[in-house]
Amino acid sequence: MKNEMEIQFSALSQNESFARVSVAAFIAQLDPTMDELTEIKTVVSEAVTNAIIHGYEENPAGTVTITVHLDDDVVGISVRDEGGGIDDVDQAKEPLYTSKPDLERSGMGFTIMENFMDEMSVTSVAGRGTTVYVKKQLSKNKVVNH
Amino acid sequence: MSFSVEVEQKQNILCVRLHGELDHHSASELRAIVDRHLEEHNTKHIVLNAEGLTFMDSSGIGVILGRYKKLQPRGGRLIVCGVSAPVYRLFEMAGLFKVLSLEEQESHALQALGEAV
Repeated sequence: MKNEMEIQFSALSQNESFARVSVAAFIAQLDPTMDELTEIKTVVSEAVTNAIIHGYEENPAGTVTITVHLDDDVVGISVRDEGGGIDDVDQAKEPLYTSKPDLERSGMGFTIMENFMDEMSVTSVAGRGTTVYVKKQLSKNKVVNH
Repeated sequence: MSFSVEVEQKQNILCVRLHGELDHHSASELRAIVDRHLEEHNTKHIVLNAEGLTFMDSSGIGVILGRYKKLQPRGGRLIVCGVSAPVYRLFEMAGLFKVLSLEEQESHALQALGEAV
């Protein structure tokens, strides 16, 4: 079955929790495992945090858009901002690289997203914004409680 | 869904107990509380108890590494305990165990630092 939802919210750090909980609630209909749910929540949190800190430089006038597509057991999530964009996407993806060491960013966001999902792609245009798309096939063999 | 921190000074050890969700939003609160304690008290070591943590992302890694760096000039150690499987996975991915020690419980961490329990 196909299903889709979209949410938009201000680029405020308070909304990071709202974003991951909303996505998790939507995905719950596929009956994901606890591990899968944690992975997806972490990935959403990483992408939204990037949009807020890097895309919008924490300017709350910015808007973050999340679209979630479900197609049978496949979850596709895109997190989009219309912020400053990433100059060098390959560099940004490198583990431990951060453009903001002064903010104590770990530089692990993209590494975590790549590790927790099956696919990740980053499209970014300087001055126009960034879209992160991630995809994950949920496990089909679940323990059924009768 | 919220986040709270409980701190307790035991001689030169600062025990930091985390509850709830540690993300970019709550990381700033944790940073402020720990740094204020480091300034006001004669702290050498930090024991970070993650038992009550229900969620953490890479912002947690950043704030923990930042506190570790602050302890370096004091010759102190940072020990984490009560780490759940998902949090352990993030720590491992970031290579945090190269600089931090891990103990199962807070009492073990205090023992490792020579504090009588």
